[in-house]
Amino acid sequence: MALLHLLLAQAAADPTKGLTAIGRGIVYGGAAIGPGIGIGLVVGNAITAMARQPESAGTVRTTMFLGIAFTEALALFGFVLAFIISG
Amino acid sequence: MNALLLAVDVPPISNVTIWGAGPLGFNKTAAIYVFAALATMLVFVLGTRRKDALVPAGLMQNTAESGVGFVRNQIIMQTMGTDGLQYLPYLTALFFFIFFSSITEIIPFVQFPANARFGMPLTLALVTWVIYNVVGVVKQGPLHYLKNSLIPPGVPKPILILVIPIEFVSTFIVRPFSLMVRLFANMLAGHLILVTFAALSAGLWAAKVTVVIMPFSFALLVAMTGFEILVAFLQAFIFTILTAVYIDSSMHPSH
Repeated sequence: MALLHLLLAQAAADPTKGLTAIGRGIVYGGAAIGPGIGIGLVVGNAITAMARQPESAGTVRTTMFLGIAFTEALALFGFVLAFIISG
Repeated sequence: MNALLLAVDVPPISNVTIWGAGPLGFNKTAAIYVFAALATMLVFVLGTRRKDALVPAGLMQNTAESGVGFVRNQIIMQTMGTDGLQYLPYLTALFFFIFFSSITEIIPFVQFPANARFGMPLTLALVTWVIYNVVGVVKQGPLHYLKNSLIPPGVPKPILILVIPIEFVSTFIVRPFSLMVRLFANMLAGHLILVTFAALSAGLWAAKVTVVIMPFSFALLVAMTGFEILVAFLQAFIFTILTAVYIDSSMHPSH
């Protein structure tokens, strides 16, 4: 709250500007949490699979990139949304 | 040769949605796409001139043959199997076109990934959308295709009320949208990172007091430039392999 008041005091001329910036930060920060955990799970399990069965590393790697692509799409939605938000 | 064409000035972020001026709207983005299309054609026209030669020689033939081999072994055989080999020409062209139009991000004096404007990613995603829907309708028939893509096997009857709308949105709306956003946002994010560190390095160089930390910012700029080569390749690979996966889901429905 103190930080919010500080930012509001600084942007006294146009308080919505500071709030927009805060909103953008919250949107992208929130959107990055889930995919961060998800990509960690995908890659971690892929490494485990590759270490257990090195002969299947090629298939596992392809599937891993697919999993990363599906998971990171959510973070990228947040990234785009953060730019779309305008004050 | 204005400043925007040489990428020396940093336009505001709202320019993402503005198709800049020029004769017939021809701007730097369009120029890069023309370059990418010509480069893709050049690789395969020059690479296939020596048809009778068994041992590949020269840069163009090696690039063309290893590119075709990569798309065939790493993308089509991993997802569609031998049925999908008829899509080899389209997927190879798609891979090379996306790669060439993204790699301009790190080419000096160009330094702009054309895919950071969402026009062409959207068009390519819609082409993929049309292909996998047409393949599904032709291979399975309209009713079977709709049934197979909306009703997952082994779902209890009452839950179908919930599952069918979700599957409809995810198959016909979210797929092309996420395909577009994935390519566009990855290239835009990479470009913004490079711009940020380049502007930071230049600003710190100009400022007398803080010039001590400028090498760190510059080192990160160099490192991220290397990282963007990987991203350009990876995004071309992911776009192509997802197209292959979607076509495969229309060709071989799960029972």
